[in-house]
Amino acid sequence: MADIAFLLLIFFLVTTTMDVDSGINRKLPPWNDEQVDPPPIKEKNIFTVLVNSKDQLLVEEEYMDIEQLRGAAKRFVNNNGDGSCDYCTGALRSPTSSVNPEKAIISLQNDRGTSYETYIAVQNELAAAYNELREELAQRRYGVSYKDLGEEARKEIQEAYPQKISEAEPVSLGN
Amino acid sequence: MAKFKKKTGGGAPGISTASLPDIVFMLLFFFMVTTVMREVTLKVENKKPKATEIKKLERKSLVTYIYVGKPKAQYIAQVGSEPRIQLNDAFARVKDVQNHVITAREEINEAERPLMTVSIKADSEVKMGLISDIKQELRKANTLKLNYSTRKGEVYGDKG
Repeated sequence: MADIAFLLLIFFLVTTTMDVDSGINRKLPPWNDEQVDPPPIKEKNIFTVLVNSKDQLLVEEEYMDIEQLRGAAKRFVNNNGDGSCDYCTGALRSPTSSVNPEKAIISLQNDRGTSYETYIAVQNELAAAYNELREELAQRRYGVSYKDLGEEARKEIQEAYPQKISEAEPVSLGN
Repeated sequence: MAKFKKKTGGGAPGISTASLPDIVFMLLFFFMVTTVMREVTLKVENKKPKATEIKKLERKSLVTYIYVGKPKAQYIAQVGSEPRIQLNDAFARVKDVQNHVITAREEINEAERPLMTVSIKADSEVKMGLISDIKQELRKANTLKLNYSTRKGEVYGDKG
């Protein structure tokens, strides 16, 4: 009996794959046949990220390395431009950044030649910026980590920093 | 009373193996439960990009996979070396994606259909043009939950 069990054990040992599927979750916008005009949004509330076919980043019309993207996105979202956001720590009040986190939109556009790796890196950094802001707020408000919060508190913090990432359809941005 | 002989010392008693089958069975059940059989044979290269902000995919039955990458060496003669889409066990074109996800959605019971997720397992060298085409097809199929499959790891720094 032990022999049979051993045999089966070895079979399952060999066939088993332990990898858990994980990744970045995103939601696509629904398909629209007719062109819908986007609602007017103030230029300062949009954080534009362009990625070209050579995997270079142009953020708010400035060349940027991927390492700096997270910090730049955080500064932009956490800006508190109109003073209505009492939990924002980034009291920069920069006239070119967002008026408050609820209005802040990150607009991402990539070239058809952008590599998937870079695209994921950008998505990851933008998600990381929001996650860090949420984490910081959770620490300040509740003194616990965001992932240990209850459902309600978590929702509240999510609403404080809503993740608004808009993706434009890719174009040829040229070189 | 010769029956109660004093134990003669010397030499530790051997370890009992009576519990060995139990241990083996325990391990066997563990591996039986955790094992996941590979459902498809990969025909494309699949070196997933790294990311840190990842979430686990739950409810495997609601997930449909789309593999994208360069064909493996043995298929290059057949389909060329440009990145291709693989659905189930076969290479496919962009316009097949829509049908594939709709068929997959039909198999899920009605209440859970909105929860259906498509997981894109793309190679890190794939260009975004192809991924965007897939995304457009998914939008047309009205399957809007998407997951970009990644490995855990720092994004920048070593490109290994």
